[in-house]
Amino acid sequence: MGIDRRKFLTLAGLTTFAALGKKVMGSSIEGQADSLPGSPTVKRWAMAIDMQKCRQHEGCRECTIVCHKIHNVPDFGNPKDEIKWIWKEDFEAAFPTQDHAYLPTELKEKPVIVLCNHCDNPPCVRVCPTKSTWKREDGIVMMDMHRCIGCRYCIAGCPYGSRSFNWRDPRPFIKEINPEYPTRSKGVVEKCTFCVDRLALGQPPACVEICPEKALIFGDINTPDSEIREILKTRHSIRRKPSLGTNPQVYYLV
Amino acid sequence: MLEKALTGDKKYWGWIAFVLLLIGTGFLAYLRQLDYGLGVTGLSRDVSWGFYIAQFTFLVGVAASAVMVVLPYYLHNFKAFAKITILGEFLAIPAVIMCMLFIFVDMGQPFRVQNVLLYPTLNSPMFWDMISLSGYLLLNILIGYISLSSYHKDIAPPKWIKPFIIISIPWAISIHTVTAFLYAGLSARPYWMTAVLAPRFLASAFAAGPALLILICFIVKRLTRFDAGKEAIQKLAVIATYAMCINVFLVLMEFFTTFYSGMPEHMHHFQFLYIGLHGHNTLVPWMWFSAILAVVSLVLLLTPKFRKKEIMLGFACMAVFVSIWIDKGLGMIVAGFTPTEMGTVFDYWPTWIELLISFGVYGIGLLIMSLLYKIVFKVRGETKSDNEIRIATTAHN
Amino acid sequence: MYDIAKIILGIIIFLAIATSPFWFNQATGQAEYMPDPVIYSKNIPGQEACVMPVDFMRSSHMDLLNEWRQTVVREGNRIFISPDGKEYRMSLTNTCMTCHPNKSEFCDKCHNFMAVTEPDCWNCHVQPKEAL
Repeated sequence: MGIDRRKFLTLAGLTTFAALGKKVMGSSIEGQADSLPGSPTVKRWAMAIDMQKCRQHEGCRECTIVCHKIHNVPDFGNPKDEIKWIWKEDFEAAFPTQDHAYLPTELKEKPVIVLCNHCDNPPCVRVCPTKSTWKREDGIVMMDMHRCIGCRYCIAGCPYGSRSFNWRDPRPFIKEINPEYPTRSKGVVEKCTFCVDRLALGQPPACVEICPEKALIFGDINTPDSEIREILKTRHSIRRKPSLGTNPQVYYLV
Repeated sequence: MLEKALTGDKKYWGWIAFVLLLIGTGFLAYLRQLDYGLGVTGLSRDVSWGFYIAQFTFLVGVAASAVMVVLPYYLHNFKAFAKITILGEFLAIPAVIMCMLFIFVDMGQPFRVQNVLLYPTLNSPMFWDMISLSGYLLLNILIGYISLSSYHKDIAPPKWIKPFIIISIPWAISIHTVTAFLYAGLSARPYWMTAVLAPRFLASAFAAGPALLILICFIVKRLTRFDAGKEAIQKLAVIATYAMCINVFLVLMEFFTTFYSGMPEHMHHFQFLYIGLHGHNTLVPWMWFSAILAVVSLVLLLTPKFRKKEIMLGFACMAVFVSIWIDKGLGMIVAGFTPTEMGTVFDYWPTWIELLISFGVYGIGLLIMSLLYKIVFKVRGETKSDNEIRIATTAHN
Repeated sequence: MYDIAKIILGIIIFLAIATSPFWFNQATGQAEYMPDPVIYSKNIPGQEACVMPVDFMRSSHMDLLNEWRQTVVREGNRIFISPDGKEYRMSLTNTCMTCHPNKSEFCDKCHNFMAVTEPDCWNCHVQPKEAL
């Protein structure tokens, strides 16, 4: 017997390590499908929210209801586990830098619709260690639930609180499962995706379609004569926390 | 050499049994978490990182502090540290393992963790954190093993280990810098977005780590024949003193920029920690306790009369360690999320399952540290039983 | 070597136990058992054939699903062109399960027998209500 116990253990350790290393080095680095939406011919989705129209309809929650219904977003009934993709927030919570004591009462007291801003320079994409969230060519910040490891770094990075995590199994808390769209499992992050599956069929996002006041305007911001560009030309618009450099693509017409 | 970990008296095995009990309950609690989801913790939509990540942050500091014994000995030939560099390295190993375990138990889909290596993302500090922690672990295992086995064979360590030891010095700095980078680049979290975060982390690490090592040397002196020596202990104490001074100074700098500028976005986090915000003040008593301990520890450490007395030094080291643990292991992470991006406050406190899992991870670290230290003392013939054998054989002759 | 007889006896006993599934199945005829999935296909006019030939699906349906997942989620392309030129929407629930809705008779029969339970697709992807 030539080999002693120490040599055997050392060899075993090194072999395991080498085998793991080979597995890691062998796989290719995946190319990203996204690119900078700089070229003017590329479609670049963006949304404008007409708050004046939205304020007309007090207590309306149609956008939230339809979005959460068709995407199987669960309702846990408590703010700790809550998952939301689009919802209403107080003005001072949505725009902390724009808030002051002498704003019109209407602005101060009526809520604002908030959702993922699909930023041009998204910090969530920058920090994700697995590229489970990435920026598509058409500007949408997308989620891959299959790859997400649930580290919640993207949640830490998002300045807008747009992302939610599945703290427990969502299935029992979905009132009526929409069979055409998957649910999520526990342990992954989710958020608004501008309804990419509907866009693929040529339909607008569900919230845009359902809004009774037609307050949500959705379109290609790279096309100069699109509806969204026209309205941005005529009305004053603000964005959430613009000084952070995230370049959010949801514009608020206050 | 590994078999030496299996020798020991009743006290040793009693300690191992206790640690295994911690690990066992922690494991059962983790099974519960795997089944239910991370909702068993106190984490929420607003405070999405908490106790686990805070422990990871604190332990990276302890792991990095090994450099404070390695650097003087290997770069500056400070002979007094000859006996304790191995203790520093064998403290770093369980510390890094605990870091990795805390990250693992914090993940929503832990069995997909290999995705970080399969889809490397060079712009993510978390990817680099994994690389640097793994590298540091391997470095310390290699260096510790080579040093100890050379001692065991009664020969000088081979020359080729020197470059690895030298690399471990900047590498130790890098692991805690990368960890700070996880937080310091997030424009969403003003409490963390400060250039001073990485220096703060390093300073607190180089205070807490040597303090812990001093305490370990005191405990070990009572349990074995190992004596680090007055010179080594005093030098470690001086290092901890300077580091604690720098740490407290940096914290005071943070107070200045925050409160002199008067920016609400920055002030609110400090207000939450030290006076409470919108009626939420769970951490206020803790933070003040930490501040008082810091002041007490500095008074004791900066006074040579107290620093030179073992019992006072021990108390000062405990104060340093606990103060920094509260700052990093309770305050740092939660305050980053409180108030939220919307300016609201959501309370966080770890649940019992969260704590049991954490104790389990600490148990694993304590187990590894105990086994490694046992091997060190056995190899160097410094355990109490070695002493009895020595006396018995000399008596025979 | 000491105790060489005992060691060799021990090795033989170990090998016998380790290979027992094989010769036990041969002896009792259990190995003849094959799962019998019910290849139920709703007869949807114009979709009599599967998206790929049967042999391919038998051997590589998991690779096809992985490719579909990659293409749909990460590349945003939802149209699949089958070898016979037909266009399909790449979707487990909406395409595959439209023709094969009975998971327990179709998928589970083989998957449970082979103990291939890792595909946790159904944690998220919605299982269609079984009509049968």
